[in-house]
Amino acid sequence: MFKTFAIALIATAAAGLGAQAMAADISGAGATFPAPIYARWAETYKAATKNGLNYQPIGSGGGIKQIEAKTVDFGASDKPLKPADLAANGLMQFPMVMGGVVPVMNLPGVKPGQVKLTGPVLAQIFIGDIKTWGDPRIASLNPGVKLPNLPITVVYRSDGSGTSFVFTTFLANNSPAWAQRVGANDTVEWPTGLGGKGNDGVAAFTKQTIGSIGYVEYAFAKQNNLTYANMKNKAGQFVAPTAAAFSAAAVSADWSKAPGNYLLLLDQPGAGSWPITAATFILMQTKQDKPANGKEALAFFDWAYKNGDAAAQQLDYVPMPAPVKAMMRKQWAAQIKGADGKAVYAAK
Amino acid sequence: MTLTLDQSEPGQTTRTPKAKPRGGALDPFFEALCAASATMLLAALCGVLISRTIGGWPAFHKFGLKFFTVSSWNPVTEVYGAAGPIVGTLITSFLALLISLPVAFGVAVFLVEFCPSFLRRTIGTAVELLAGIPSIVYGMWGLFVLAPWFALHVQLPLLLAAKPGSLLEKLTTGIPNGANILTASIILAIMILPFMAAVLRDLLMTIPSQVRESAYGLGGNTVEVILSVSLPYIKRSAVGAIMLGLGRALGETMAVTFIIGNSHAFPKNLFDSGSTIASTIANEFNEATTEMHTSSLIALGLVLFMITFAVLAIARALLGRPKVA
Repeated sequence: MFKTFAIALIATAAAGLGAQAMAADISGAGATFPAPIYARWAETYKAATKNGLNYQPIGSGGGIKQIEAKTVDFGASDKPLKPADLAANGLMQFPMVMGGVVPVMNLPGVKPGQVKLTGPVLAQIFIGDIKTWGDPRIASLNPGVKLPNLPITVVYRSDGSGTSFVFTTFLANNSPAWAQRVGANDTVEWPTGLGGKGNDGVAAFTKQTIGSIGYVEYAFAKQNNLTYANMKNKAGQFVAPTAAAFSAAAVSADWSKAPGNYLLLLDQPGAGSWPITAATFILMQTKQDKPANGKEALAFFDWAYKNGDAAAQQLDYVPMPAPVKAMMRKQWAAQIKGADGKAVYAAK
Repeated sequence: MTLTLDQSEPGQTTRTPKAKPRGGALDPFFEALCAASATMLLAALCGVLISRTIGGWPAFHKFGLKFFTVSSWNPVTEVYGAAGPIVGTLITSFLALLISLPVAFGVAVFLVEFCPSFLRRTIGTAVELLAGIPSIVYGMWGLFVLAPWFALHVQLPLLLAAKPGSLLEKLTTGIPNGANILTASIILAIMILPFMAAVLRDLLMTIPSQVRESAYGLGGNTVEVILSVSLPYIKRSAVGAIMLGLGRALGETMAVTFIIGNSHAFPKNLFDSGSTIASTIANEFNEATTEMHTSSLIALGLVLFMITFAVLAIARALLGRPKVA
C-alpha cells in the first residue's frame, strides 16, 4: 500500500518536473456558495496553464479568518467586509461572481412566479406577523390568484451562510421592525419556523410542508424546479428570478461609489433588477509577503474574468459585467503590492 | 463516524501475573511504548479540556449561569443562552435509549437463545453492517423518508384529533412536517441500536453454558432463565454498554442536524422543533466570525464534554469493580 503510494508520488513528481518547474498551488479558502464554480475554473485553468488551485470551502467566516492569518493566498466570503475592517487587516476585496436569493414556497395549485411579494410583506411573513396565505396583505398583491388559506410555515437555513446574510439584510432594509427585532447576519434568532441544513435542507422541508415558504440560492431553486415568488424591485416592477434579472441588478449597481467594494446588490435601481442579488467576494492581502503567490492568484482571477463566464452561466452563476471587471483589474494593479512596494499585478 | 464493535468482555477481564519471559530484553522497550501511548491519550484529553475552557471562557465569563438557563441564542445581539440545545441533547439521547434498549435486548436474546445457527451469522453480520453506516446516510433517510411519513401518518392525525385547548393539543402542536425532537430521537435510536445489540449479544455469550443449562435443568422456562439468570449475570457490563450507546447518542451530529428542525428555542413538546449541542456547533461554527459567537460555541462543546463525562462516570460507578472470573 505504502509502496504503491510512494511510487505514485515519485512518478507524479517526476512528471511534473519533466513538464516544467513545479509551481506551488494557489491556495484559497472560504465561502461554500461559489465553491462549485471555483472548482470548475481551477480544473480548466490547470489544463490550460498547468497551475493548480486548491480551494477549501470552509465557510465565509473561516475564509476571513484564514486570510487574516495569511495562511492562504486568498480568502472568499459571501459577506463583504466593511472598509474599516479591510483597512485594519490590510486586505482588499473584489467581487468574483454573482447569484441571487429566491423565496420558494409550497402552495398546492400555485405555479412558479404566480405569487407576487414585496420586501415589506416578505419581512412580515418571516417575522410571524402574517400567519396565513389568506392574509389581505398578500391577497392585495395578488388579485386574481386563488391562494389557499393555509397557515404559513417559515423555513430558514440553520447553518450560518452568506445566503442568510443576504436575505436577512434584504428584510432589514425593507422592514424597520425586522431590523430592530431580528437584524441581519449569517445566522439570526428567527422569530418563527424551523431550520433546514443547507439549501437542500431548506428545499426538503419546503417541499414536505404544505403552506411553507423558505429561501434558497437561485441555482438551487432553478435546478430543483421549486415554486418561486416574483418580487417587487425598487423601480416598482415585479420581476422573476432569472440570470437576466441578476445581471440587470449588477449593471445598475455603481461599484465606483462603493469604498472598498463594499456593495450589496440589494434593491438596485433598474426596471428589470432582481431585488435580492448578491456578489461573492475574494479577499487578498494588500501587502504580499510572497509576491509570487499573489501574482499567481491574480493571474488566475484575471483568467477567470476573461475565460470563465460560460462555465459560470452553465452552473447558474451570473458573471460580473465587463466594466466592473475592468475596474477590479485597475484596483489590483493599484492596491496589491509586494514588500518592496511594487505592484504584483500588471494592468493590461 | 464509524464504530468499531467492542468485542471485549468487560465482566471477564483477567490479569495474567507477570512471569519471567523468554528473550525479555525487549520488554522494557515495549512497556515504555505502551506507557507512552497511554500518556498521550491522557494528555490529549487534558489538552481538549484546557483548550475548550480557555476558548469558552469569554462566554462563561460574560453570561455566567445564564448561559445554562436562558434559551435565547442571538448572533446579532450577541446574547447566547444554551438552555434549548442542552435540553434538546438530553431529551433526544435519553429518548433514543428508551426506544432502542428493549429492541437491542430483544435482538441479543434472540441471537443467543432462539436463533437457528444458519441465521445467526446472517443477522449478526446485518447488525454489524448497520453499525458501519455513516451517520449522514441516516440523516438523509430521516429527512427524506422518515420525516414525511411521520408527518402524514402520525402528526396530522393527532393534530386533527386534538381538540383546541386539550392536553393532547398541547402535547402534539408543532409544524406537521416531521422535523422534530421525536423523529430525531427515533433516528438516534436506530443508530445506537446495532452497537448495543452487538455488545449485549457478546455479553450474553459470555455466560458459561453450565450456568444456563443448570437453570433449565431446575425447570426454568426461557423467560425465567433470561430474567433471573442471564440478566443478573451480565447486569453490570450491560450498564456499561448502554452508557456507551448513550454517549454516542449525545455526540451524534449530522443525522440529528438534518431532522431536528434546528430551532434554538426551548422545546414545548416532543413534536416541536429543537436543537442539540452538537447540531448547533455543526451549523454555526463554520461561519462564526465574532469572538463571542465562537466562544459560546466552544463553551457549548465543553458542556457536551461534561455531559458525556458525567454519563461515563455514572456508568463506571454503576459498573463497580469488574468481577474476576
